Amino acid sequence: MQQPGRAAEIKAIGIGKSFGSFRALDNLSLNIGRGEFLTLLGPSGSGKTTFLMILAGFVQPTEGKLFSDGTDITDRPAEQRAAGMVFQGYALFPHMSVEANIAFPLKVRKKSASEIKKRVGEMIERVGLIGHEKKLPSQLSGGQQQRVALARALVFEPGVLLLDEPFSALDKSLRGQMQAEMKRLHQETGTTFVFVTHDQSEALALSSRVAIFNHGKLLQVGAPDEVYDRPDNRFVAEFLGEINMLPLKGVQPADNGSTGLCEDRAVNMHCKAEKVLGDAILAIRPEHMSIAREAAVGENGIAATATASTYLGAATKLDLTTRQGAKVTVSVPNEVAAAALSKGNSVWLTWPAEKGFLLPDGGQ
Amino acid sequence: MRSYLSDRMGAALLMAPLLLFLVLAYAWPFLGVVKWSFTLPTPGLGQYEALLTDDLVQSVFIRTLRIAAIVTVVSVCAAYAITVVWVRGTPAQRLIAEFCILVPFWISVLTRAFGWVALLSNRGLINTWLQAIGFISEPLALVRNEFGVIVGMTHFLIPFAVFPLASAMRSLDDRVLLAARGLGSSRMRTFWTVFVPMTRSGIIGSAMIVFVFSLGFFVTPAILGGGRSVMIAELIYLRIFQSPDWGLGAAISVVLVLFVSVLMAVLFRYVKPKQLI
Repeated sequence: MQQPGRAAEIKAIGIGKSFGSFRALDNLSLNIGRGEFLTLLGPSGSGKTTFLMILAGFVQPTEGKLFSDGTDITDRPAEQRAAGMVFQGYALFPHMSVEANIAFPLKVRKKSASEIKKRVGEMIERVGLIGHEKKLPSQLSGGQQQRVALARALVFEPGVLLLDEPFSALDKSLRGQMQAEMKRLHQETGTTFVFVTHDQSEALALSSRVAIFNHGKLLQVGAPDEVYDRPDNRFVAEFLGEINMLPLKGVQPADNGSTGLCEDRAVNMHCKAEKVLGDAILAIRPEHMSIAREAAVGENGIAATATASTYLGAATKLDLTTRQGAKVTVSVPNEVAAAALSKGNSVWLTWPAEKGFLLPDGGQ
Repeated sequence: MRSYLSDRMGAALLMAPLLLFLVLAYAWPFLGVVKWSFTLPTPGLGQYEALLTDDLVQSVFIRTLRIAAIVTVVSVCAAYAITVVWVRGTPAQRLIAEFCILVPFWISVLTRAFGWVALLSNRGLINTWLQAIGFISEPLALVRNEFGVIVGMTHFLIPFAVFPLASAMRSLDDRVLLAARGLGSSRMRTFWTVFVPMTRSGIIGSAMIVFVFSLGFFVTPAILGGGRSVMIAELIYLRIFQSPDWGLGAAISVVLVLFVSVLMAVLFRYVKPKQLI
């Protein structure tokens, strides 16, 4: 976080934070790699924003250590860490023009007038705000204010950029546009980005890694496809998107993964079963299941009856009930859904062995 | 659902007694004062001509503006410091600040003026102590002059200066201050380049209130000025009650009211009334 123009590597060891008797963050250890785009994801009150504030230096951890490029910065005040920060609601200086807002961190660093002019000009061009230099923040749209906030946080080339739910106030189409822009800025600057959101699709779309928080604990960190396809626990599985959970009995290791009984039918999984032998839960994403007239021998499948459908445009969401009463949702092509419903009786749900994963029975 | 019209009627009815009182007690008598200014002792613009030529009246006007300006600057600065503590301090600091702001409201202006006389006069507490420790040999002239007037007025007006400032500081978004610090700005720099400019409307409102109040001060300058620092209100009193010069007294009043009205009009272009409380 100190040398301009160089992405920082951050290491958090055993970070904890209590507000009175409330435990906001508990024993968090996490490495944030140089130049990575890490998203902190979780519901509100999960500790993700507290961790971001600790990284920024606005909140002092109750215990634990924080290192930046190997230097202990746990006790270093915010103004000396100088991480770039974009706040929820942008927190622009309302009495300063766009130009003055972006120049602020450079003026604080006592850069020469000519350098400030040059770098502010470059930044304004980079975020597409040419023609708005003299305007006040109140004269800009939400998206433009967002750009000013990004420019202001990046203009002094911080080692890390911290972003606290920056898109929560934008409408959906603008959100998509700003997400693309942020991804571009990440690539261009090469800086380490730490991004807080409660929107799982945003997290999966943007990040190189996602860290999922709940109740002050870091539950899992991994690449988007890793946490989505192979969640460690039920909370992560459910938080990242809709998921079907089927009870499994007699789970045991097999060649090439594991095997178990789902509604009295043998099913195979590619994942290992060492943590969840015996009874477990089989979790499958709705888009990974398909509807078939019957399941072949050796293919994963259970019988179910379609009960309702929701037309989503590109696909249809189909609700089904299995023979033993488990509720399942699948996402299937529209004509398949119509056919399954019109039959009104039994269909088969099938899924590839690599798409089903095991979670501990009943546990979080 | 109640209609917009009946809401407006209700509001008008609730405000009617106050409006009626203001018209009967202020506007109507003031029209009489305006009439005097054009008719006494003889009809015409003679009193207003006298205003422009009378050296005494002009020197009092200039002194009043000077004292009001000094009192405004000192009061707003002092009030700013107190308000920062009141709005942003720790709970204990807030309590103390609140006590300091509210207690003066319970003590009459007369009591406070005499209190300052007891402190500041030649044989008052301050001079006695300073002489006792040998710091001075002759008593300092702290009262019966402009200095005493300014001290007394400032003390009276600081609590009034606090409210517009507090309103501005309360509406300030904390994240903007965090943003400044996160961008590398020290606490001091953040205060001067972000906090103070963002409370600008409060500073303007506070300064205008203090300035306008200062122009009409009567009791404090009369007691602490000891007749040597006459301000406009006292001059009007002297013209009406001491010398039978009602016409000139009325003309000064009219000019003062017009001046204050213009100031208020300017004030409300920059500040909404609700920001002043």
